[in-house]
Amino acid sequence: MANYKYHILLCGGTGCTASESPKIKANFESILAEKNLTDDVQVVATGCFGFCEKGPIVKILPDNTFYTQVKPEDCREIVDEHIIKGRKVNRLLYENPENKAHISDSKHMGFYKKQMRIALRNCGFIDPENIEEYIARDGYKALATVLEQNDPEATIDIMKKSGLRGRGGAGFPTGLKWELCRKNAADQKYMICNADEGDPGAFMDRSILEGDPHTLIEAMAIGGFCIGATKGLVYIRAEYPLAIHRLQVAIGQAREYGLLGDNIFGTDFSFDIELRYGAGAFVCGEETALIHSMEGKRGEPTFKPPFPAQEGYLKKPSNVNNVETFANVPVIINKGWEWFSSIGTEKSKGTKVFALAGQINNVGLIEVPMGITLREVIYEIGGGIKGGRKFKAVQTGGPSGGCLTEKFLDTPIDYDNLIAAGSMMGSGGMIVMDETSCMVSVAKFYLEFTVEESCGKCTPCRIGNKRLCELLDKITKGNGTMDDLDQLRNLSRVIKDTALCGLGQTSPNPVLSTIDNFWDEYVAHVKDKKCPAGQCKALKQYVIDPEKCKGCTACARNCPVGAISGTVKMPHEINQEICIKCGTCIEKCKFNAISII
Amino acid sequence: MQQKIIVPIKKEVRDKIIEICNKFNNNPGELINVLHETQGFLGYLPAEAQELIAEQLHTSTATVYGVVSFYSFFTMNPKGKYPVSVCLGTACYVRGAEKILDAFQKELGIKPGETDKNGIFSLTSLRCVGACGLAPVALVANKVYGRLAPADIKGIIKEYREA
Repeated sequence: MANYKYHILLCGGTGCTASESPKIKANFESILAEKNLTDDVQVVATGCFGFCEKGPIVKILPDNTFYTQVKPEDCREIVDEHIIKGRKVNRLLYENPENKAHISDSKHMGFYKKQMRIALRNCGFIDPENIEEYIARDGYKALATVLEQNDPEATIDIMKKSGLRGRGGAGFPTGLKWELCRKNAADQKYMICNADEGDPGAFMDRSILEGDPHTLIEAMAIGGFCIGATKGLVYIRAEYPLAIHRLQVAIGQAREYGLLGDNIFGTDFSFDIELRYGAGAFVCGEETALIHSMEGKRGEPTFKPPFPAQEGYLKKPSNVNNVETFANVPVIINKGWEWFSSIGTEKSKGTKVFALAGQINNVGLIEVPMGITLREVIYEIGGGIKGGRKFKAVQTGGPSGGCLTEKFLDTPIDYDNLIAAGSMMGSGGMIVMDETSCMVSVAKFYLEFTVEESCGKCTPCRIGNKRLCELLDKITKGNGTMDDLDQLRNLSRVIKDTALCGLGQTSPNPVLSTIDNFWDEYVAHVKDKKCPAGQCKALKQYVIDPEKCKGCTACARNCPVGAISGTVKMPHEINQEICIKCGTCIEKCKFNAISII
Repeated sequence: MQQKIIVPIKKEVRDKIIEICNKFNNNPGELINVLHETQGFLGYLPAEAQELIAEQLHTSTATVYGVVSFYSFFTMNPKGKYPVSVCLGTACYVRGAEKILDAFQKELGIKPGETDKNGIFSLTSLRCVGACGLAPVALVANKVYGRLAPADIKGIIKEYREA
C-alpha cells in the first residue's frame, strides 16, 4: 500500500451500492487512467462506513477527508481539486447541523465521536476481497497466537474472562458455550456461524460479512480449535448475494494462504469452512431450528435439552455463534481480556453494533460501548428526530423486543437493563419513532411478522399470536373493547410462558411493552375511537375547513367514491359514510383546507 | 398442492434437475441446496419438479413440499419478467412503506404474491434489504429504488412498461 500517494476509499455496502457507488468507482478509475494517475492513486471499494444517511461516502487517505452524498459526476472535481491540487471540495464535506461548519475528518462528526469500533474495526478501512489488507491490520495474528500456545482451555478461559456475550440477542456467555461444547467428546464436532440475519431493520451481520469477511474465518478457526472441531459451517441468507460472494472469495484466499485446510501454521490443527444457505425463515435464527435447516429439513425448533453442544448438526456436538460475536474474538485475543472487560458495564462487556433507523436524522450502522445511554445514541450520534418532531419511542430487539419511552432515555444500554425495561438487546435493530407512529399499529406490525414467521409447531405461538394479531387489528379498526385489552395481556403472558422456542416466548413483547408504556393510546383507540398519532385509517376523519375552502371543486372531482359534495365557489363537505379515507382530496387541495382529525 | 401445472416439465428441464440432484449425490440432507439451484434456473418450483426431486433424493414428495412451503424464498408461482418487491422491514414501515405497497398495487392491479396476466410484473413484499438509510425502499428487477414517495411509483413502472 505504501507506493500510493492517495487512497480513495468508497463504500461498497448495500445501501451505497444502491446509490450508484459502483458507477462512482468506475468513474474514478477512468478519470485517473485518463490523467495517468493510476500508479499514484488507489481506488478501493470497502465495506460499510456506517453513515448510510449521507451515502454514498467517499473517503480519501492519508488526509482522512470524508465526502458525503457523492454523485458519479462529482468524481472529476474530486480528482482535479483534491488529488491534483490538494484542495478539499467543500460542497461535498459534511456540514455540522448546529453551526453549518464543514467537517472534513469523520472523527470530529457527532455521528462518529461516541462510537467505538471493535467488531466493525475493518469495515470501511480495507478492501474486503484482499486478504493482505486484512493481514496488514493484524489479521490472523490471533489465530497464530492461539495455535502457537496450543492450549485450548487457556483460550476458552480468556474468552470467559473477557465477558463476551452472544451478540445474536440472548446474550449467553461465549466462553462458557465453547467450554460446554469442548467437554462433550465426539469423533466430529461443528463450529457453526449464524449469519441468517432475519430481524427486519437489522443489518450488522451483513455489514461485517461484506466489509470484513476474514475476521469471521479467523474467529471460527479459533473457536473450532477451542471446542475440538475441524469443520466450520456458515448458515447464511440466500438473500445476501454480496455477502455470500465476499465470503466465498475470502474462504478461497484463506485456503490459498494455508489459513484454512490441513495443518494450519504447520500445526496438527486442520479446519475448513463450508457455506449453507438459508431460505428465508426468521425462526432459523433459533439455533435448533437453524441446525435442522442445515440438515435440509424444515427449520422447526426442538426442545432443549439436548443442547446443540450435546447433540447438534447431524447429532454431533455443535456450537452456534452469531457473526458479530465472532468478529470480537480476534481482538480479544490480540488485545487481552483485561482490555475488553474494561469496556462496558458490570455484566455486559465490550461494544454492541446497532442499526439505527426510523424517524431519525442519521440513519446508519453504529458501534457503541455497552452502557451508553439511549439519549446519547439518539441525539448525539443519531442527530435527533427527523424534521425536529418529538421523540416518542425507540424499538429495540426487533419482533422479540419492545418499545421504550422517554423515561428510559437515560438508562445505560446493556443486556440486563433492556430486559428490565421490558425490551431486549436482540440482534441490534434500533428503530426510532416520532409522534406520527401509532403504537397499537406498531405492535400489530410486529405481530403480523410473527404470525407469518411462526413455524407452526407449537400451539401457543401458532394460534396465540394469530389471536393477538386479530385483537390488535380489531382495536386499530375502532371495534375494540376494554375487555380486549385485558385479553391481550392475559394471552401474552400465556404465550410467553408456554411457547416452545425463543421466537414464541418473546413474540408478545411488542404488545406488552406498548400496553405498559402507551396505555392511554390503547384506551384512546378503544374508548374515544381515536388514533392520537393519526395513523389508523379506520379512525381517521377527513374534514374540510369551510373558512379555507374556496370551492374550487378539485377534491370533489378527484374523489374516487364521490363522497364530496358542494357547489362551485362554496365550501365543500365530505360525507363520512361514503369516505374511504384514501387521502386523494388532501393531495389535490391547493388551499390546505382539508385536515385529518 | 396450490397449483397444478398443465404442461408436464420438458425433457431438458427434467435432465437438468436430475443433474442437480446428482451433483449433490442425491443426498436428502442437501435438499435445500437442490431446491436453491433448481429455482435458480427454473425461476420457480412447480409440483412436477418437486415430485422429481423427491424421487431422485429417495424421499417423499410431502417432505419436499414441506420444505418448499416452509421457506419464503421458495415459490411455486413463476415470477414476472420484472419482479417488484417492496420492503416492509421496520425502518421502511415507519417511513411509510405501506403507502408504497398500496401505490404499486394500484398501479399494477395485482396484490402481493401475484403475477399479472402477461407475466410482466409480479409483486411481493420482503423484510429488510439492509438499505435502511434509503427507506422506504423497493426493488424492481433487482434494482433498488430508495426514498420513495407514493407519487414516484407511476413513473418507475412506466419506465419498465416502455422498456
